[in-house]
Amino acid sequence: MSNLKQLATRRAPLCGGHRACAGCSAPNVVRQVLMASADPVVVGSATGCLEVTTTIFPYSAWNVPFVHSAFENAGASVSGIEAAYKSLKKQGKIADEKINFVAFGGDGGTYDIGFQSLSGAMERGHNLLYVCYDNGAYMNTGIQRSSATPRGAMTTTSPVGKVVQGKQQQRKDLTACMVAHEIPYVAQTTPAHWRDLNAKAEYAFSIDGPKFMNVLAPCRLGWGFPMELTMEMCRLAADTCFWPLYEVVDGRYKLTYTPREKKPIEDFLKLQTRFRHLFRPENEHVIAEIQQEVDRKWERLQKLCKL
Amino acid sequence: MGKTRVARTGNEAMAEAIRQINPDVVAAYPITPATEVMQIFATYVADGLVDTELVPTESEHSAMSAAIGSQVAGARTMTATSSQGLALMYEMLYIAAGLRLPLIMAEVNRALSAPINIHCDHSDTMGGRDAGWIQIFSENSQEAYDNLIQAVRIAEHKDVLLPIMVTTDGFIISHAMEAMEIYDDKDVRGFIGTYKPLLPALDHRNPITVGAIDFVDYYFEHRRAVAQAMINAKDVILEVGREFGRKFGQEYGFYEAYKLDDAEVAMVCLGSTAGTGKDAIDNLRKRGIKAGLLKIRVFRPFPAEELAARLRCVPQICVLDRSDALAATGGPLFAELLAAMYEDRSEHKIINRIYGLGGRDIKVGEIEELLSAQVSAAAGGKSIDRIAYLGVRE
Repeated sequence: MSNLKQLATRRAPLCGGHRACAGCSAPNVVRQVLMASADPVVVGSATGCLEVTTTIFPYSAWNVPFVHSAFENAGASVSGIEAAYKSLKKQGKIADEKINFVAFGGDGGTYDIGFQSLSGAMERGHNLLYVCYDNGAYMNTGIQRSSATPRGAMTTTSPVGKVVQGKQQQRKDLTACMVAHEIPYVAQTTPAHWRDLNAKAEYAFSIDGPKFMNVLAPCRLGWGFPMELTMEMCRLAADTCFWPLYEVVDGRYKLTYTPREKKPIEDFLKLQTRFRHLFRPENEHVIAEIQQEVDRKWERLQKLCKL
Repeated sequence: MGKTRVARTGNEAMAEAIRQINPDVVAAYPITPATEVMQIFATYVADGLVDTELVPTESEHSAMSAAIGSQVAGARTMTATSSQGLALMYEMLYIAAGLRLPLIMAEVNRALSAPINIHCDHSDTMGGRDAGWIQIFSENSQEAYDNLIQAVRIAEHKDVLLPIMVTTDGFIISHAMEAMEIYDDKDVRGFIGTYKPLLPALDHRNPITVGAIDFVDYYFEHRRAVAQAMINAKDVILEVGREFGRKFGQEYGFYEAYKLDDAEVAMVCLGSTAGTGKDAIDNLRKRGIKAGLLKIRVFRPFPAEELAARLRCVPQICVLDRSDALAATGGPLFAELLAAMYEDRSEHKIINRIYGLGGRDIKVGEIEELLSAQVSAAAGGKSIDRIAYLGVRE
């Protein structure tokens, strides 16, 4: 694994000056993933905050090739790029060198509208790494609920009203869906755990085949926390076991971070205005329900890691 | 120049052209009646006859997305589809054109749902007519084959750089066997040349950003450039068609005129109906009616001036549309031709018949009856509707 000094000397694949919000974690995710590649990278992206804020014509924040075409097709689009690379390399039309292919998509472009495209790309076995930066809603269009939005969260399409308060459903476990694809590598992490993230991305780049990483990407605007607390939100997500850090290598589960003390879910929820209504007395049962779900999944994960 | 006379269906002819083109990448998804093109091509891949990387995607949307990714990367890329498949690609069709990618598609025309139907009409490609793709229609297997070979040169021309679709009529051409000539591999490959991408995304030493967001300050300029590419395509199509003629014997232009010079009535159509129409024209001529036919080969870019010039001396024109725009103003071909001939409108009587939806057969006798009725109406006989449906129970 590269040390911090080595990482710091690598040319930033995504430079500053882009227009992501102050406190946005998506650029951290991108930088940390791409810095793990010692080889050249070609990046594909779904439509979303990342693409919109980094490529406002005639500017681009990308120091590496960056390809965006639509919202729901990052998996397919990077499949095509990787297929072109294989074909041209085989025919001797391009240099015989290793290139890493990375697709980035938000949770909307990955859990929802791009789910089929992602699934297809994984099944076909393309040699690419798909990274979902999961901020838990359609943030780019103004905070609408996605299947990654947690239970109880207020969004503009799961508002807090007189009879319905926040999202009624639990979130989709996309990482588990990707494990079910039986691909060589699936991992979950956050940018606050940069060593963990870096090790996972380095491992992903070191092996052939389809790889998937689900990276929590707190959104200060959509979640409603002070912009300086982005990394703290990541740590709380991991310490409450809302977002456990683990990896699945060839089907074998491994926890890569165990909180010294599992914090109650309120610690994560209370800093975010999207959960504010849950702290009203009539909504206490929702917090209990969320805690129950976190506990259930955490126990299951621990069992899976002992297999 | 070697030629071999063979019997091939439209799908076999298209697959043969794709084999000879030997694209770097093909991304596709099965759909009747285009499935066979890829099925045949997959055997070429399996037998090592081509260098192509085949990406069998999980949908047409992903097929077009993967094709776009591949072409952006710097690979010559092809696909094939029909009907609902093309409809599922619509979003990506516009993007392929906007990104100025010379993708090549073998499209087998099939009706759009609902009701679901697998047979021919042109509603699928007509739905994508404003997407920025060059659209070339074929009358038979030979034309499908010749058009696909020319498509590579047209799309990849530096003044064009637009995606292109070559179509055949589903089942009527795609599954009907006809005698045709195929050319030697080396001649086809010599004609199409090698693909030299302008700014391949795989060139990581010169990184580019593809698919950036334009706001009000740039979007219009970029779309204007796409429009210019389509305008430029007209000269390139003619130039490639002439060169093709010199090399392989059959020259191609925007249209084919059949017995049109002295015609008092002419039918205008796309695709396989031209074959049926030519028989009807011959029969009408035997009966003393000076009938002619104009088959439009290139629908996008629409050769408006050239068509108007060619039809200038024909007083009675009947436009046959194998799709309906559902606009209460007739079919899409009719609307475009009418606009093209607006300046000369007092000289002509232009009528429209929508026919053959969902593969409904059009017969020689129906065309004869239609054109003779138009001639008789013009001479003061029984009047006929300007816009109507042909061959439907109503």
